[in-house]
Amino acid sequence: MSDTTGTLPPGAPPPVARRAPRGALARLMRRKLALFGLMLILLTIAGAVLAPWLTPYDPNEQMFDGLTITGAPLPPNADFWLGTDLLGRDLLTRILYGARTSLIIGVVANGIALVIGTVIGVSAGYFRGIFGAVLMRFTDLMMAFPALLLAICLAAIFQPSLWIVAMVIAIVNWVQTARVLYTETTSLAEREFIAAEKTLGAGHARILLRHILPHLVPTIIVWGTLGISTTVLLEATLSFLGIGVQPPTPSWGNIIFENQTYFQAAPWLVFFPGAAILILALSFNLLGDALRDVLDPTQRGRD
Amino acid sequence: MNAAVTKLSGAERAPDTKPSVLSVEELEISVRTSEGPRVLVQDLSFDLARGETLAIAGESGSGKSLTSLAIMGLLPPPAVHVSGGRIRLGEADLLSLSERRMRALRGARVAMIFQEPMTSLNPVLTIGRQLIEAIEAHETLSRREVRARAIEALRAVRMSQPEARLKQYPHELSGGMRQRVMIAMAIALRPDVLIADEPTTALDVTVQREVLELLRDLQRDLGTAVILITHDMGVVAEMADRVVVMQAGRMVEQGPVQEIFAAPKEPYTRALLAAVPRMGRGEGAGAPSTAVPVARVEGLRVRFDIRGGILNRPIHAVHAVAGVSFEIRAGETFSLVGESGCGKSTIAKALTGLVPFEGLLEVAGRKLESGQRPEKAFRRGVQMIFQDPMASLDPRMRVGDLVAEPLVIHGIGSAHEQRAEVETLFERVGLERDQLDRYPHEFSGGQRQRICIARALALRPRLIIADESVSALDVSVQARVLELLKTLKAEFGIAYLFISHDMAVVENVSDRVAVMRLGQIVEMGTRAQLFGDPRHPYTRQLIAAVPVPDPTRVLPPFSRPQGEVPSPVLRRGTEPQIEALADIGGGHMVASFE
Repeated sequence: MSDTTGTLPPGAPPPVARRAPRGALARLMRRKLALFGLMLILLTIAGAVLAPWLTPYDPNEQMFDGLTITGAPLPPNADFWLGTDLLGRDLLTRILYGARTSLIIGVVANGIALVIGTVIGVSAGYFRGIFGAVLMRFTDLMMAFPALLLAICLAAIFQPSLWIVAMVIAIVNWVQTARVLYTETTSLAEREFIAAEKTLGAGHARILLRHILPHLVPTIIVWGTLGISTTVLLEATLSFLGIGVQPPTPSWGNIIFENQTYFQAAPWLVFFPGAAILILALSFNLLGDALRDVLDPTQRGRD
Repeated sequence: MNAAVTKLSGAERAPDTKPSVLSVEELEISVRTSEGPRVLVQDLSFDLARGETLAIAGESGSGKSLTSLAIMGLLPPPAVHVSGGRIRLGEADLLSLSERRMRALRGARVAMIFQEPMTSLNPVLTIGRQLIEAIEAHETLSRREVRARAIEALRAVRMSQPEARLKQYPHELSGGMRQRVMIAMAIALRPDVLIADEPTTALDVTVQREVLELLRDLQRDLGTAVILITHDMGVVAEMADRVVVMQAGRMVEQGPVQEIFAAPKEPYTRALLAAVPRMGRGEGAGAPSTAVPVARVEGLRVRFDIRGGILNRPIHAVHAVAGVSFEIRAGETFSLVGESGCGKSTIAKALTGLVPFEGLLEVAGRKLESGQRPEKAFRRGVQMIFQDPMASLDPRMRVGDLVAEPLVIHGIGSAHEQRAEVETLFERVGLERDQLDRYPHEFSGGQRQRICIARALALRPRLIIADESVSALDVSVQARVLELLKTLKAEFGIAYLFISHDMAVVENVSDRVAVMRLGQIVEMGTRAQLFGDPRHPYTRQLIAAVPVPDPTRVLPPFSRPQGEVPSPVLRRGTEPQIEALADIGGGHMVASFE
């Protein structure tokens, strides 16, 4: 995407023209909010990867001193920074380990959904005709089908595992993206600069990749970030129904689900994992927003 | 019905006692930006007398439309605002009025008509509903009285069967009819001041003529003062009593129309008037080119199906191009003129492979027959410059890459050579090398069109199609772009297919001209033949309708043929009747007419 000057091979002398990619990055770096978002995302990834070294506890260990004498969970304190859950497990540890599941679901599954949606929506919108009609009717069919039911069917066929959950989520989540991009592509394809490209003799691949896709980036980013929180929660729903990640493996979604009935007695059990989902979605949103502005040349000089 | 009104306004127009209905004093309009306020219009003063037409003329960015919005109190909030001066309507100071009081005045005492009649009418409401709402917003009358007023207004703008029109929707009317409805809405409340912002720019010349005549008659009958905002000096000359010339937010010159045209004081006014293309009688045309044809179009037909019925089968067809044949010789500028919908742009689309066609096309020795799609080699021979340079350049690509793109697509030269070629082309069309890395939006309209020209030249085509390529440009820019096209023609030995609705421009640039109507050529000949001795009534009508930038000229009476306009939409299976062209001498071809 950033390589819009790709017409010149790497052997060409470093032309003055090459300032855009660097410019885009530089402009991204100037945006404090975007940097903040990026930092939070990196922190989450680091937390997930380095979890065993960051916390002294095991995520599944039910600790004796993790409960009060009456068996109630502990609120945040010096030993357990975010408190403990109903079984006496350290909440912070579970959130750190849970980030592994949630990142895979929120980023990978959502990313796959985005790719499927983009390919189907854009090709249907550009080629139209019977090809496009078939693709879009299929999309409508998928849209009309209850996502949860489909996910349950698929998960029932295959053995429950994190990757199956990711696949299921990708399969049910691409539809909205495809619909929205289809509409946008049809109107883009009617624009005069696309006709101008055709009169030059440009092929479909060039028109699609160089002239249509870059214009769709803002929409793709918006749908991508919106998808993160919904997919993380969909994973929790699936886990709750017993077809997702199997307990005791933690994920942000299933921590919330396990504990939601005790919300009044132990609000921290719902609050912290909820906050984690919110912060992750928000940081992708901040980054995505900035990315969209930075990649749009007509916005240059307005930041 | 308007005798009394006319008499009254006649009495009021006694010398020296002309009261001004609207006066603008030292108006200043600013916009708030992150770097502080920026002045858009400054130090603008004028008075408008009852029954007078004041034209505000200027090129884009001169602030003429902002001025009209300021008078209406419709400047886009919150950034753009009036930062100084006074606007008085009669006794009222418009700038100090509350929005509520302003709303009461708007429409009732100051009305406005916009450029696009298509977008300023609500497509889901009937004409009658919109007209009645406009009246009811300001006056409390019974239903029957309101309806009577609406019908009266439609009659005043000379709409046939006004009662039936009330039930029609905007899409059922032609562009000219829609603009009449807009005018009817504007005058229904008998405003003191009517602001017309480019009222005829989007209309065909013959329709423009009608609308202008209508405005003039209404003004005479009702005594309304009119502010006419336009870039077209021909329209100014025909309509205005006085002219305000604006440039870059400042008033350059103000005066009676005869004085401005006969003896402009300021250099800018002189330059503006000099740049206006004027129609002659085709004099000064060189000898017709005898060179070999570079492009040949034979029996070209383009048809679009209209589907309908229960089975959604094609039931009607639009015969956009119905049997057109012509040749373009090397180094020649061949023009197609005609009003919107005559099929001239469809011919360009067929030549560039954007629509399927029947017939035979030949460019630079390569033939293309019915149903074939042009291969790359054919496309190399013919390139196109579109009407709107902003729309035809991908806004997300650097202009250098855009100009290099045809070379990349056709695999011409190494990356290094391509870059060098782009730099040469850039200089050739009058742009700077160091602008290569900018994006389209960083250029002005004229510069963008130069980029499009460079892009079209990159493949060294034999034929360049210029589809309304200068229509969206200001006159002075237009003149320079036309000059550039002329120089390039000689230098690269290209032929142009010049497509335009503007008779004056066509007269200035063409070697040969064809007039199109309903998908067919009705007259074709050299410039001298066509403009000096037009034979077909339609050609004559088109020429007569062009506004002439000369206020002293007495307008010839203009009559548009009565009855239904023939339509290119026919039931499927019916073929349009093709009028044969007969040579009346020296290659001057005219279609038969009764």
